Amino acid sequence: MIDFEIDPELQRRLDTYRMVAQQIMRPISREYDENEHARPTEFYEAMWAGSRQGGLQVGAERGGGKSTGRTLFTILAAEELSWGDVGLFLQIPNPGLGGAAVMAAGTPQQKERFLKRFAEGRPKWAAMAITEPGCGSDSAAITTTARRDGDHWVINGTKIFCTSGKMAAELSEGFVVVWATVDKSAGRAGIKPFVVEHHTPGMTVVRVEDKMGIRVSDTAALVFEDCRVPLDNLLGSPEVKPEGGFKDVMATFDATRPIVAAMAIGVGRAALDFVRDFLKQRNIEVRYGLCPQRLSAIERDFMEMEVQLKAARLLAWRAAWLLDNGQRNNLEASMAKAKAGLVVTQITQKAVELLGPLGYSRAYLLEKWMRDAKINDIFEGTQQINLLIIARRILGYSSKELN
Amino acid sequence: MISFELTEEQRMIADTVEAFARDEIRPAARAADEQGLVPAELVGKIWELGLVRGVLPEQFGGDGGQRSSVTGAVAGEALAYGDLAIALHALAPRLAAFPILEMGTDEQRARYLPGFAQAAFRAGSAALMEPRWDFDVLGVAARAARDGAGYVLNGEKCYVPLANESDFLLVYACSEPAAGAVDAFLVPRVCPGMTVGEREKNMGLKALATYGVTFKDCALAAEARLGGERGINFRRLMSQAKVALAAMAVGVSRAALEYARDYARERRAFGVPIGTKQAIAFMLAEMALEVDASRLLVWDAACRLDKGQDAFKESCQAKSYTAAAALKIADNAVQILGGHGYIREHPVEMWLRNARGFATLEGIATV
Ligand SMILES: Cc1cc2nc3c(=O)[nH]c(=O)nc-3n(C[C@H](O)[C@H](O)[C@H](O)COP(=O)(O)OP(=O)(O)OC[C@H]3O[C@@H](n4cnc5c(N)ncnc54)[C@H](O)[C@@H]3O)c2cc1C
Repeated sequence: MIDFEIDPELQRRLDTYRMVAQQIMRPISREYDENEHARPTEFYEAMWAGSRQGGLQVGAERGGGKSTGRTLFTILAAEELSWGDVGLFLQIPNPGLGGAAVMAAGTPQQKERFLKRFAEGRPKWAAMAITEPGCGSDSAAITTTARRDGDHWVINGTKIFCTSGKMAAELSEGFVVVWATVDKSAGRAGIKPFVVEHHTPGMTVVRVEDKMGIRVSDTAALVFEDCRVPLDNLLGSPEVKPEGGFKDVMATFDATRPIVAAMAIGVGRAALDFVRDFLKQRNIEVRYGLCPQRLSAIERDFMEMEVQLKAARLLAWRAAWLLDNGQRNNLEASMAKAKAGLVVTQITQKAVELLGPLGYSRAYLLEKWMRDAKINDIFEGTQQINLLIIARRILGYSSKELN
Repeated sequence: MISFELTEEQRMIADTVEAFARDEIRPAARAADEQGLVPAELVGKIWELGLVRGVLPEQFGGDGGQRSSVTGAVAGEALAYGDLAIALHALAPRLAAFPILEMGTDEQRARYLPGFAQAAFRAGSAALMEPRWDFDVLGVAARAARDGAGYVLNGEKCYVPLANESDFLLVYACSEPAAGAVDAFLVPRVCPGMTVGEREKNMGLKALATYGVTFKDCALAAEARLGGERGINFRRLMSQAKVALAAMAVGVSRAALEYARDYARERRAFGVPIGTKQAIAFMLAEMALEVDASRLLVWDAACRLDKGQDAFKESCQAKSYTAAAALKIADNAVQILGGHGYIREHPVEMWLRNARGFATLEGIATV
């Protein structure tokens, strides 16, 4: 039965996240925007302690049949926390994108081996590195190589824009999942994910980027020079077969795109709530049911922002729900991501516009949210790349036919 | 609990109605538009799907099915996927039957509902809209003033579907204008002071017969007021009406998307199918995601209605969003067909004309 209502039990669990967003994230939001490379260590500790009693997790158990609701819960929580601060959300110690890759591509033993650390000890991060200086959207064109040498893989290449890369590689007992090709001539079939443990010799963080927004999130450039990892650190099967490894990249995105959509929606909701409160304080009412001819421009703008955000949210929920129910969600995940990335970019820009000089001022967080929002239209597949995926699916074209 | 799954019954209805829409309605749509006529035989066949009679209680001769706004939305989308004007015509009896079913007095239900439970199509209608540039459901100006035990009705209505064929009309008017309350009145087709005008001529929906209707000191008995002294829940009726139109907008959007998609795969330019060009492919991708977003907004409002919750804001959102999306999507479809899209041989220009109706029209369908 169709139902889009969050039940009270779920809402109670989410309220904790809302509290974290309100009481822990918002108060330090500006500080870590201004002091770009400072590290909110107290926040790490608090979130680490919290996540071990429940945690943010992604994906249904393989073959689990019945819905676990885990992805849905994750995106609901992600929206709450991103409402607090999406940069801080990205920087929470957790399995993150690296964990998602292990979940999507790893064997049961590998999942156990690599992920159990998140239930114990000190705060940890896991990152995922696909993007290279020479290629981002065209992830099949990566040039980082993995060559077999006895009982090791030897990795060489440069990765950039790796979220939480510094935390995962050098500042915690985490790991980085590095996508590299084992056979250049095999094209995308030769691309495989490798878990590179923290502090593995040959892996170096050479830079942490300065950014427009989400400044508290570390975005690292990593160089791999004869970096040796055990054979069993290749996630899944080493066999090179058509679509083999690349399918796992895509499966990872199926799980993470709804989360990025939810992050966007959290930022959008922050901006919308801000504008709503602002209008309320000035006794400007938003009236539903009137024809546009009788509405003020502000009412029309506000309603448009509100419904666009809601549309994006429902698409994200659906993509997560499908995953939880063991159904294919590749198309729906891209729809959610494309929609959320775009509308939240527009909503935050409109919100800044509506508040005039106050919107542009750093006295409020609104301008920060506009800067933060934009990343959601770029990473995890840009707006255009997600439209491409949707278009291929509905038109029945291969990536060769439509690119 | 959050779920995106239709019930088995809803899926069955969706499949049945959609198959019917594809096989029977779509092929008849162009001729209906050109001739300004929905063939009676087709209307009869749609009637047999039981979308009106099916949910009337057995005591009135119906099938006693559960009425649900989600189910209504699913069926409405599927019918409009075939053709909007034909869907509106075939479902017009709901405009009278459903408010009576939900909010009528026992006497009103017993008197009017059996007429809609017959084997043959029975026209029915409601008069809500008024011919003003800034009409909306919060601005109903028609007035039913109390006069002794009864009422005197004055006002002007437009876009009243099937007004000429219906035995009676459900007319919305303010009974206490100060309180802003809108009531509904059951007015017989022949009633002194009531005039059904010429059939209206509009940009789209040409197959649907709509009329202007005027009321001049039209005397009504107390029993004419829907729900008696209790009156009606106007917000809920308007929410249901908005959800119905929004659902149909999704149907039109989906029709346009699929037609343009198939065309883009066939049509070649510069040696390749135009669908392999990003400018076209991205339009289609956006259309596809907007169809889905539209449907989810409709279902959101509909399932609130099914739970008995207030859904006025949600239905307003669903209607304005789907109306804008349908217009954009139909426009894109015309664009994707290029010059051929402008020619009446293809249905997309008709869908563009029809889609423009969604933002303007109110209260001409319900779930
Ligand atoms: C803050 C931040 C964090 C990131 N985190 C990670 C991470 O953790 N791990 C990781 O691997 N990567 C990460 N990325 C990288 C991100 O995923 C890429 O930046 C993104 O995929 C785009 O790649 P690009 O920057 O090389 O742009 P390009 O691929 O060069 O694209 C440039 C422009 O061309 C468009 N374009 C490209 N190809 C097509 C096409 N076929 N059709 C139409 N338009 C096209 C794009 O949409 C874009 O507008 C991160 C980036 C940032 C900024």
